[in-house]
Parts: sequence; C-alpha cells; structure tokens
Amino acid sequence: MKALVWHGTDDVRVERVPDPALLNPRDAIVKVTTTAICGSDLHLLDGFIPTMKSGDILGHEFMGEVVDVGRDNRKLRVGDRVVVPFTIACGHCFFCERELWSCCDNSNPNAWMLEKLYGMSSSGLFGYSHMMGGYAGGQAQYVRVPFADVGPIKVPDSLTDEQVLFLSDIFPTGYMAAENCDIHEGDTIAVWGCGPVGQLAMASAKLLGAGRVIAIDSVPGRLDLARRQVDATVINFEQEDVLDRLKQLTGGRGPDACIDAVGLEAHGFTLDAYYDRVKTATYLATDRSNALRQAIHACRKGGVVSIPGVYGGVLDKFPLGAAFSKGLTFKMGQTHVMKYLAPLLARIERGEIDPSFVITHRLPIDEAAAAYRTFRDRKNECIKVVLKPHQPAVH
Amino acid sequence: MSSINVQQTERWASALGGAALLVAAARRLADERPGQAAFLSAVGTGLMWRGGTGHSNFYAAAGINTAERGDDARTHLSGPRGIFVEQAVSIARSPNELYREWRHLERIPQFVPNVVSVRVLDDRRSHWTARGPGKARAEWIAEIINDIPNELIAWRTVGGADMVSAGSVHFASEPGNRGTVMSVKLQYDLPGGKATALFAKVFGSEPSQVLREGLRRFKQLMEAGEIPTTEGQPRGGR
Repeated sequence: MKALVWHGTDDVRVERVPDPALLNPRDAIVKVTTTAICGSDLHLLDGFIPTMKSGDILGHEFMGEVVDVGRDNRKLRVGDRVVVPFTIACGHCFFCERELWSCCDNSNPNAWMLEKLYGMSSSGLFGYSHMMGGYAGGQAQYVRVPFADVGPIKVPDSLTDEQVLFLSDIFPTGYMAAENCDIHEGDTIAVWGCGPVGQLAMASAKLLGAGRVIAIDSVPGRLDLARRQVDATVINFEQEDVLDRLKQLTGGRGPDACIDAVGLEAHGFTLDAYYDRVKTATYLATDRSNALRQAIHACRKGGVVSIPGVYGGVLDKFPLGAAFSKGLTFKMGQTHVMKYLAPLLARIERGEIDPSFVITHRLPIDEAAAAYRTFRDRKNECIKVVLKPHQPAVH
Repeated sequence: MSSINVQQTERWASALGGAALLVAAARRLADERPGQAAFLSAVGTGLMWRGGTGHSNFYAAAGINTAERGDDARTHLSGPRGIFVEQAVSIARSPNELYREWRHLERIPQFVPNVVSVRVLDDRRSHWTARGPGKARAEWIAEIINDIPNELIAWRTVGGADMVSAGSVHFASEPGNRGTVMSVKLQYDLPGGKATALFAKVFGSEPSQVLREGLRRFKQLMEAGEIPTTEGQPRGGR
C-alpha cells in the first residue's frame, strides 16, 4: 500500500510499504477513505518530537471502511464506515472507566518511555513517535486499529467524509477546550491561535452559549475565517497590544475564559538539554510561550485558562503569581476523544455545525509530502489539508 | 548488627520468660543466694532484651532468622544479600481473580519478559527456563514455600539451580472497589555473584524494569485481555 513515511527532519515521503495485518484479538483493519494533516504533525516534520524512527508511518486523523476484524472484536463488522479517534484506549482500566480515555493505562506498548519522562504514561496515539506507542498512522491506504471495539464510531451514510472526519481529533479537541471553560450564557471567550483547533474551539464555545468570542492570531487569512465563521472579534497581535485591547473590549474585567490553542509548538516534548537548545535558538519559541502568559494575564478574576495546545517540557517564567492572585482555574490535556464522539456526531447530524469549514486543500496521498511543506510554510492560504489515499494522482 | 531476626510470638515468649527469670532472681536474692540470682538476672535481662529489640546475637551468628514469614525473599537467602527488587501495580480486578490467574504458573511466560517456559512439576515445584539475547539461558526449579489463597504466593529456588532466588507476590484489595494492589518482591544471588551476572545477561541490567514490565503486561492481560503491541506492523524502507 501507499503511506506517508517519516525519514527525518524535513524528510517525509510517500512510498510503498507492506499492508497492515491484525496483530491482536480486538484489532480491526480500516481502509482509509479520508485522512488529514494535523498542525501537530508539523512538529514531526520539523524534528521536534523525540523517539521518532526513520520508516515511521504518520497520521492520526483518519476514517474509512472496516475490511478485517479480530476474533475478540464484537463491535465492528467488515463494511462498517467508521471514524477513528487519535487516542487509543483499552476501555477497561481505571481511567477508561472514568472517561479519561487519553489517560488509558493499557494502550501504550512503550509506556516505560513516558514513565521516564513524565513519571507516568498516558494512552498510545497513532503515528506520533515511539514514546506515544509507536503505532503506524493513518496517512496510508490501510491502517491497523488496536482496541477497535472501543474507539471507532460508526457514521451514517447521509454524512460526507469531510463532515465527520474531524471527529477523529480536532473537533473533540476544540470542543473539550471550550467545555473546560465552564461557559455560562453570554460569556466572553478569548482564543489564542486560529488554526483548525482554535477555529473549532471558537465554534464550540458558541454552541455552548458564549456571547462573544475573540480570535487572536497574526495570520490575516485565519482571522478572516474566524470572523466569517463564528462572528469573532479579531485581534492581530502583530498590529495591536493584545492585553490592552482585551481590557478595552471587556471594560477592564477580562475574558471569562482564555483558550491557548497555540501550545509550545516549537518547544514540543523538550527534555532539559533539548529545551535549552530551543530556548536559545529560536525567537519564535519565546513568542509562542507568550500566548499562555498573555492568557493568564488577560483572564478575568476567577476565570478559566483552558489549554488544548500541546506542551511537552518545562515551562519558563510561568506567571503563577498572577494566576494565584486572580484565583484562576487551569484545565488541559490530551483530548478524551471517545467521550465526545456520540454527542458531537449528533450535533453534526442535526446541522448545528459542519466542521469541514476549516478545509482549504484536498489532495491525493501522492502529494502528501508537498502538502506538509505547504501547510507549514503558507499558513495564510493553508489552514487544513485533507488527503484521499485511494484517489489516483492528478498529473 | 541489630536487625530484627526473631519472630513476634518468640519475642513475647522471650520477654515474658525474661521477666519470670528476673522475678526468680529477685527471690534468690531475698533468699541470700546471690550467685544464682546474678546468673538468673543475666539470662533474664538477655531474654528481655531479645524480646524488646527482636534481635538475637545467637541467631545472627547461626544465620537463623525467624522474624520473617515465608513471604520475604531475604529469609531464604539468609539475610539481606544479593539484589533486591520490589515493584507494585494497581489492577482493576479482585484479589482472587488475580491470585487464580497468577497461580497458573505455566502462563507466566505470556507476560514476564524473557521467561520462555514454566513447567509445573507438582503441587509445589516448577521448572523455569529464561532466555536473553544471544545464547544467554538460565534454568531453575522453583518451590512454592507459602501459598495463602487470594493473598500471597512465595517461592524460592531449590537444588543446584543456575539461579538462586526467592520472591513473593502479595494481593491486597484497594478501598472503594478499585481493585487490587499487587506487589512483588524478588531477591536473587549466588556466592561469587554468578547468578547476578547470569541474571543480568538474561534479563538485562535493570531487573526492576523487567519486573515492572512483567507486572504491566499482567495488568494489561487482566484488564484489557491483550498486551498492546506494534510488532509486525508495516514500516517504510530506510
């Protein structure tokens, strides 16, 4: 089959690899009909995530058709059309039973690596380094799905792939970020970072009753999308003082909740030495941790700072004094995708939201390697890329 | 050396016996027989001391230790010698489910890395084979020395095995129906450290990590019904 394979920093290629096979009794094999490139995949392209190995297949946002099912999997059948969550969960441990799916104890074969790094391991993820389990990802024609009787959700034929694909990651991620804000009718929610997760966090905040959302970014195309889609008030941080503007807009009180949908992208998964390297080498990096500091400073007293953006290492100059003084609440973490699948699918079915509004590029998988670079380098025109693994290349 | 090597009831007996001897010594003193009184009070004081501290110099000299039940590996290797490792894991199953599964010794190779087979010889004894990288290989016969259903299994190696070791596994239920904390203690040694070197060859240089992986996989089997793996999945060429 064809798959997008990581070979090193700035080196991803589409190549032929063996087809996946069932390895465990609860597995399923899915023929991927649509997949996407996630902003977090760019950290892999840029070589910021440790424990990657040349030959790893990427991709954690995908859906398709079940073509084979393991003997202990009593939920799926060949022919089912499913969306697959990017987090892998066993369904039976302490954490799964409490709907903390991304904290699953039993799905990461390399749990010891994360235990060394963080003291404890969280769930396995598709296509996202060996410390996250080393699972082959879904930017491929076929993918093996472990614990496939827990994660995948069947979707009705009345909805298109593009309408439901983002249930795999970014829609639940944006939604959980908004839900974590404990939104009350009329609240003002400020969102740093207007990539796909930020966009869906804003849309979700509206669904949950926010009276106003404020979009903060420096890319005009992304701010425009936020204005069009969710009627956001926009702040371009390159042109305006974010804290001043937020005070103006809220009469000095500050937003009721602040969402950091940026994360320490460039810093991702730092170890100490690694951290120092990044800290000294990139100006961007300091800019990006600014988002969280700004969110803490801007947030109203007693408000919530919600963090869907990925952080991996040790944070420098964290303004805990301001957070303490204002009595802030922090909520964060990998998305418990399974918790949101059914309710969010229902919202899509009812027509309350169509998450496909973030898509800007649709390409056959043969063009995936080039698409990674477009996504990274041309943020103004490129917000979200979806790939069609079985669509022939256009020449 | 002042570690505890006298068992609890024996300590009470020593203390009570010592007290009785001191009373007797006081009587002898009252009867104006100071020689006997001195002897009895010396022995009595010694026994009281033994009861109070739990340490017997005689036991220490003879390599005897009655303080520990069969659940501590140290007992069976006559003291705190060799390498001692300890790991615990919380499993969302009841102690009796876990005890029952673990007691099927022949299933242990499913989850303990590098143990390739366990053959049950009789009620108490079993034959173990472990393999490491290359030709490293170890065999031993283990004997169950303490078996309290749903609570505890303890074992030690017997005969002229490659590996001299002893260990125990405890099953303790967690409050609030959360399952069981399962803890394993393991000690292994051989005069001259041969077993240690062999163990390192077969199990790698971090025995506590091997034990941890074994417990993790046991948990995965018991909770999820399978051990997660990526072995055999597709990869790109180099």
